[in-house]
Amino acid sequence: MIYTQVLANGLMLGAIYACIAVGFSLVWGVLSVINLMHGAFIVLGGYLAFFSWLHLGLNPFLMIIPVALVLFALGYGIQRYAINEVVSKPVLITLTVTFGLEMILYNAMNLAFSATPRRIVLDLGVVDFGGAMLPLDRIAAMILALALTGLLYLILRTSKVGRAIVAVRMDRDAATLMGIEYKKIYATTFGLGAFMAGACGAIVAVVFPISTSLSGLLLGKAFVICVIGGLGTVPGALVGGLALGIIESFAGHWLGSQNAILIGFLLMLVLLVVRPTGIIGKKGYE
Amino acid sequence: MKNRRIAYFFFAIWVIALASTPWLANNYIVKIATFLAMYAAIALSWNFIGGFAGYPSFATGAFIGLGAYSGALLQNTGWFAPLAWGAAMVIVVVFAALVGKVILKMKGHYFAIGSIALVEVLSHGASSWSRLTGGGEGLNVAIMAGGPDFIGKVFLFTMIVIMLMAFIATVIVDKSRLGFGLRCIQQNEDAADMLGVNVMRYKLLAFILSGVFCGGIGAAYASWVAYISPGDSFSILVTLKAAVMVLLGGAGTVFGPLIGSAVFVIFEELIWSKFLDYHQGILGLVVVLLIFFLPNGLLKIKWSR
Repeated sequence: MIYTQVLANGLMLGAIYACIAVGFSLVWGVLSVINLMHGAFIVLGGYLAFFSWLHLGLNPFLMIIPVALVLFALGYGIQRYAINEVVSKPVLITLTVTFGLEMILYNAMNLAFSATPRRIVLDLGVVDFGGAMLPLDRIAAMILALALTGLLYLILRTSKVGRAIVAVRMDRDAATLMGIEYKKIYATTFGLGAFMAGACGAIVAVVFPISTSLSGLLLGKAFVICVIGGLGTVPGALVGGLALGIIESFAGHWLGSQNAILIGFLLMLVLLVVRPTGIIGKKGYE
Repeated sequence: MKNRRIAYFFFAIWVIALASTPWLANNYIVKIATFLAMYAAIALSWNFIGGFAGYPSFATGAFIGLGAYSGALLQNTGWFAPLAWGAAMVIVVVFAALVGKVILKMKGHYFAIGSIALVEVLSHGASSWSRLTGGGEGLNVAIMAGGPDFIGKVFLFTMIVIMLMAFIATVIVDKSRLGFGLRCIQQNEDAADMLGVNVMRYKLLAFILSGVFCGGIGAAYASWVAYISPGDSFSILVTLKAAVMVLLGGAGTVFGPLIGSAVFVIFEELIWSKFLDYHQGILGLVVVLLIFFLPNGLLKIKWSR
């Protein structure tokens, strides 16, 4: 069946989409900062995984956590020493700062890695699942993307830092009175967003060719997913990601792949107007 | 008021200086003068919605792109160029009025994202609808007859005229009820609504004003460069540049966008020619430093202590 294949492709894409959006959504939800660097963070994670695979022969799936930790440090530093200074200013100011930082990062990556697309080739073979041909590296990418999304959910729900993040999101002043240093929590949150981006980059590098020009595309996906699923929750990003993956897969099948992206953005505009809270519409980061 | 008069005087000298470049300097300087007028008009346009009303709009990129495609398509069906530019402005006004009604219901982050989505939708639409727009390969526009010197003058004066229109509109808005209402919306929209400001109407007017001149700019630009493509025409980068120019000069002021755009364009031109590889990074650095060290713009620095 062709539709089983299309659905399977959509699900595999959707899991990665969820992982792309969840860190972006966290930062937006907690800090009220639209982080335009998110796409570039993912690309940087992808490059780090690619070069450790190319030069050191390390399996990209093993590199997910180390790459993510590097990105965490980068994100933590950026928030601690730069964005924290302007974090309570209007949207336009924070947006412009992240845009300026993105330009610097983008330029640096272009100089360091050149703009040539690079892809990790694992070639693990293909399984036949009820008529759908599923490449094993994509299945592994899907499972890991879902696992990482689940990991972030667990961190937020069960760990002390996670609860502090949720507390700051709910009421920053009350959280401060309870002894939480919100500036550190902001930096940790931004770091976690970058952590997810880096981890996701290592996964993306296995599935798509990585190049700096991918960053804008990935950022666009994060926007759409956040609006579709609902902002600032892990389940929202998961639902939004899977929904977008399936929608794009079917739209690509029926209307041609160049229209698939357009459909995503149109859906986003409509949802913004009709239901800005997204499919899973509720406030607060559990 | 005396300061204001001096500022008008300097602006008049600036306009005359820009307009006289074809007789005083080479084609490269004329090109920069054209860019100065063009970006001044774009910054003045963005200032209506982003400066006066305080709405983080990215729709400027959509207006410029829509203007470019409307003008180019009309010109390719045989319209006289200036007529096509005027028609593009009308099309953008209608578009801004229709879309503004919907997306101006959103606020803050959602408005920013919504207006970014607007640019993306139009851009992808232009790529997909290849029978009309030439798709991703872009669209050629007939090159104007008359030789490079004549064409250079035509586009310089077109951009200056659009800049003057945007400037006059800014002066009028600044002094009128509209400007006052928009400043109220910027400070506290709910309070303004409560006190009887027709919030939706004012925002819509500001949104349309931020579009109309960009429509003309886009159409004239398309004729100038004689080739447009979806990625270049519907550009989020241009919008962000406009916002940075306005912030650099002073948001919500009359002369801020002019000063900000002039400083930015000249600075960018200097970087472009010297550091081609680092251009984007340096621009990013300038943007970040601007936000941290000059948050209120050049006009609001207290020079005397």
